Amino acid sequence: MTYTDATIWGIIAAIGLGSWAMRYSFMGLLGGRELPAWVLRHLRYTAVGIIPGLVAPIVLFPSATDGAIDPARLAAALVTLGVGVTTRKIFPAIIAGALALALGLSL
Amino acid sequence: MRTTSALFTQGVLSTLPFLMMVGPFGVLFGVLGTEAGLPIGQVMAFSAVIIAGAAQFTALSLMEDSAPAIICILTALAVNLRMAMYSATLAPFLGKAPFWQKAFMAYGLFDLNFLMADKKFREEIAWTVPQRAAYFSGTAIVIIVFWVAATFAGTVLGQALPEWLALDFALPLSFIAMVAPGLRTIPHVVGAAASVIFALLLAFLPFGLGLLGAALIAIVLAAETERRLA
Repeated sequence: MTYTDATIWGIIAAIGLGSWAMRYSFMGLLGGRELPAWVLRHLRYTAVGIIPGLVAPIVLFPSATDGAIDPARLAAALVTLGVGVTTRKIFPAIIAGALALALGLSL
Repeated sequence: MRTTSALFTQGVLSTLPFLMMVGPFGVLFGVLGTEAGLPIGQVMAFSAVIIAGAAQFTALSLMEDSAPAIICILTALAVNLRMAMYSATLAPFLGKAPFWQKAFMAYGLFDLNFLMADKKFREEIAWTVPQRAAYFSGTAIVIIVFWVAATFAGTVLGQALPEWLALDFALPLSFIAMVAPGLRTIPHVVGAAASVIFALLLAFLPFGLGLLGAALIAIVLAAETERRLA
């Protein structure tokens, strides 16, 4: 790392301000305005459109193994998904996944 | 009618179990930030000012490669662009809250409590704006405090933490567990599958733009599926 102290503070402040602005953006500026039905229909799928894509590369190519496929992490992710889909409960899924990960890493 | 303070408490309590997942991620940032050579004050400022895990890790790894400052900033912000989509999704529920409340809720908006609120607000359709804001502020305050505290713990513990703890994987597992129960309609399954496939196909794009592109495609496909099935 080859930055001056001031540069590092500048980087932190710029990312911080920008992140806040993006978080505030629509919530702040739309106010109470009604959104058209087709927009709302799309917004229903924000979570399911982003989170799987965010997680998939982490599951398949974890940085802890320098991007090599890790059977323990892969199995833990599949167990979590399976238990989550079948039980429809969050915490049983997390606990099952954590146990699978612990078991896999200990092998 | 439940009071706003009861809903604030409900927000706090329903977030607590997730802290076992947020904690390790925060600790990991503290460890890596210190290892990268940042003084404690700056590591803590990352977590208190930027307060967004994925963007922090992205900026830190670029800074370790001594990338130009503007690249660090723009890449971290691109990683955080999904927050604007969360903001749009919550706008119909929280848009009428007063400025200072929205300013605070924006500061405390994360993947975790977005997922919680997105589900809760659609279930509790009778909740008023102040009730929703109270619930959301409860979730936010817990994550804010714990994220900063966990980062501090990481700077102190440093390399004392054994690798088998797999700190990197706690949060991804909890995200899977939060999305999985919602995969009960065809549009949701289409959206999730498209999100995974296109995120992997577009992974070559710089600045995390692949995820954004994948998300947009997945959202459109899911909404279109819903429209055709209706």
